[in-house]
Amino acid sequence: MAQTLYDKLMAAHVVREEETTALIYIDRQLIHEVTSPQAFEGLEMAGRKPWRLDANLAVPDHNVPTTERSSGVAGIEDPISKLQIETLDKNCENFGINEITMNDIRQGIVHVVGPEQGATLPGMSIVCGDSHTSTHGALGALAFGIGTSEVEHVLATGCLWQSKSKNLKIEVSGELDEFVSAKDVALYIIGQIGTAGGTGYAIEFAGTTIQDLSVEGRMTLCNMAIEAGARVGMVAVDDKTIEYVKGRPMAPTGDEWDRAVEYWNTLHSDEDAHFDQIVRINAKDIKPQVTWGTSPEMVIGVDGIVPDPDKETDPVKAEGIRNALSYIHLKANTPINTVNIDKVFIGSCTNSRLEDLRVAAAVTKGKHIADNIKLALVVPGSGLIKKQAEAEGLDKIFTDAGFEWREAGCSMCLAMNADKLEPGERCASTSNRNFEGRQGQDSFTHLVSPAIAAASAIAGHFSEVE
Amino acid sequence: MQAFKTLTSITAPLDRANIDTDAIIPKQFLKSIKRSGFGPNLFDEWRYLDHGEVGMDNTKRPLNKDFVLNQPEYQGAKILLTRENFGCGSSREHAPWALEDYGFKAIIAPSFADIFYNNCFKNGLLPIVQDNNVMDELFGFKGEITIDLELQSINANGKKYTFEVDAERKRRLLNGLDDISLTLQYEDEIKSFETTYFKKYSWL
Repeated sequence: MAQTLYDKLMAAHVVREEETTALIYIDRQLIHEVTSPQAFEGLEMAGRKPWRLDANLAVPDHNVPTTERSSGVAGIEDPISKLQIETLDKNCENFGINEITMNDIRQGIVHVVGPEQGATLPGMSIVCGDSHTSTHGALGALAFGIGTSEVEHVLATGCLWQSKSKNLKIEVSGELDEFVSAKDVALYIIGQIGTAGGTGYAIEFAGTTIQDLSVEGRMTLCNMAIEAGARVGMVAVDDKTIEYVKGRPMAPTGDEWDRAVEYWNTLHSDEDAHFDQIVRINAKDIKPQVTWGTSPEMVIGVDGIVPDPDKETDPVKAEGIRNALSYIHLKANTPINTVNIDKVFIGSCTNSRLEDLRVAAAVTKGKHIADNIKLALVVPGSGLIKKQAEAEGLDKIFTDAGFEWREAGCSMCLAMNADKLEPGERCASTSNRNFEGRQGQDSFTHLVSPAIAAASAIAGHFSEVE
Repeated sequence: MQAFKTLTSITAPLDRANIDTDAIIPKQFLKSIKRSGFGPNLFDEWRYLDHGEVGMDNTKRPLNKDFVLNQPEYQGAKILLTRENFGCGSSREHAPWALEDYGFKAIIAPSFADIFYNNCFKNGLLPIVQDNNVMDELFGFKGEITIDLELQSINANGKKYTFEVDAERKRRLLNGLDDISLTLQYEDEIKSFETTYFKKYSWL
């Protein structure tokens, strides 16, 4: 029977099937400091050992400072952040789990590090106690976020109970305009189907636009599948995927490589595979996007106007618009490109890869951030990306323009470390969530692409690339 | 995990859609390396007038009197009523931990985000889906309601509603079963799967 990519990936990992659920074998578990301590504690209390040590790879990312790190973990100012990272180090050492520690050049955001190290391979089942694990689906892997109890379950058993999701295909066709990126595609899709549009589904992104995206762009897109409600986002394997994986430190070599490639080339939906739902989108309809509210679905083109709740017929939605506008201090019908910003954040597991930094640098080159910008941060996704960007002179372009160039980590995406917004501050952010308080209490987040973040930093307000 | 059989309680109505896990438990509280103690910071930014940080004495903080959980008539509620897409966003299990630690045992909404829904069952919390018409009735109902997991029913003063729940999740919740011990019953099956699997996918 014809199968979707998701069906194939699930079928390959079924250890045991029950009526409504199946025990799925997990190839890779990625671990970070925030959602793992209670899992390790549970394991220890029950006297259990990790099922298969090699399956796990840990890296601290949420709490790490992005400023100078020469004093190591001991130098972290916030004692609670410090304790959480020390706890990860201690747990990995005690249980014998491979950890890329904070001052290792390979350290970075777990969803950037996995693919970069070849810890993420096509066809793998990958979990992490983080909802943005969907990122790894860009390489044709079955990847999804789990809670801490499940982190413990995977540590202890190497497996996870899963019910099968339905199949949703989102087909994007045509050529994107210049400076319209994977991030804009992601935000546009969420604007169309809503933050619950993908609930209960695994999304496969397909179509010519997706084929034309780089693997990094596909990661940006799959990263935000969860903002559309889907735990899983995927793109079929093609030559770009295989080229991306080749030569990565943890990728297979020699005969094993050839065998792997042969299998990976089967990782696409069969031609007549059944999808429970198909959404078709024309790339030409997608403009650079800016969110105006407190949910990723509250999004408009950068040339658009903030919606008016009085014109919304659905009362629950109208109330949602009113709540959002009241929180974010914007008036209905305001052109979004007249709204001034205070801070700019370029980074996060959505947009901190080399391609993102290159685009932002190209927009920034030879210009300076506006006087009203209090802080503009560039936070690379990993130490290796930082190094490569510096080799290309991108850091210089940013710092000459008035940006700060930082060490790798999650940073201001969720403001668990020292990088956060003050109350009342408005930020153009390349991250993935604009929820109330996400980047700091009573602060206002607007999600954008790296190009729009850079252009807005220069203009001082939301702006297209001039 | 504590078993869930029946529950009788008043409800707390949180009439808002798309409540995300950042709102349920703000990120500064995720720095704890423990599983308990999150209850006082549940919905922290809505519940208190000041900015909450780890280590504060929450009993001394100024309350937002307009917020539903601070209103006298909803004290002691073990059932939360809310709207679409509850628990969207981050996978943090701290969200169900905070709800459970506060005293909630069940949440009724028209829909839940997948990861959150799943996390609830690992913590003895029962998420129940009801359509918008039923939700409107429950929001309008004052008094205690009874949830019976075995019968999959909600009883509001004689008016009965039924709900769906996956049979295996129901069995585990009714008996308070530990997932890991259950899975380890199949240890041999997992090992034999691995033998075949790693032969086939030898590069892994």
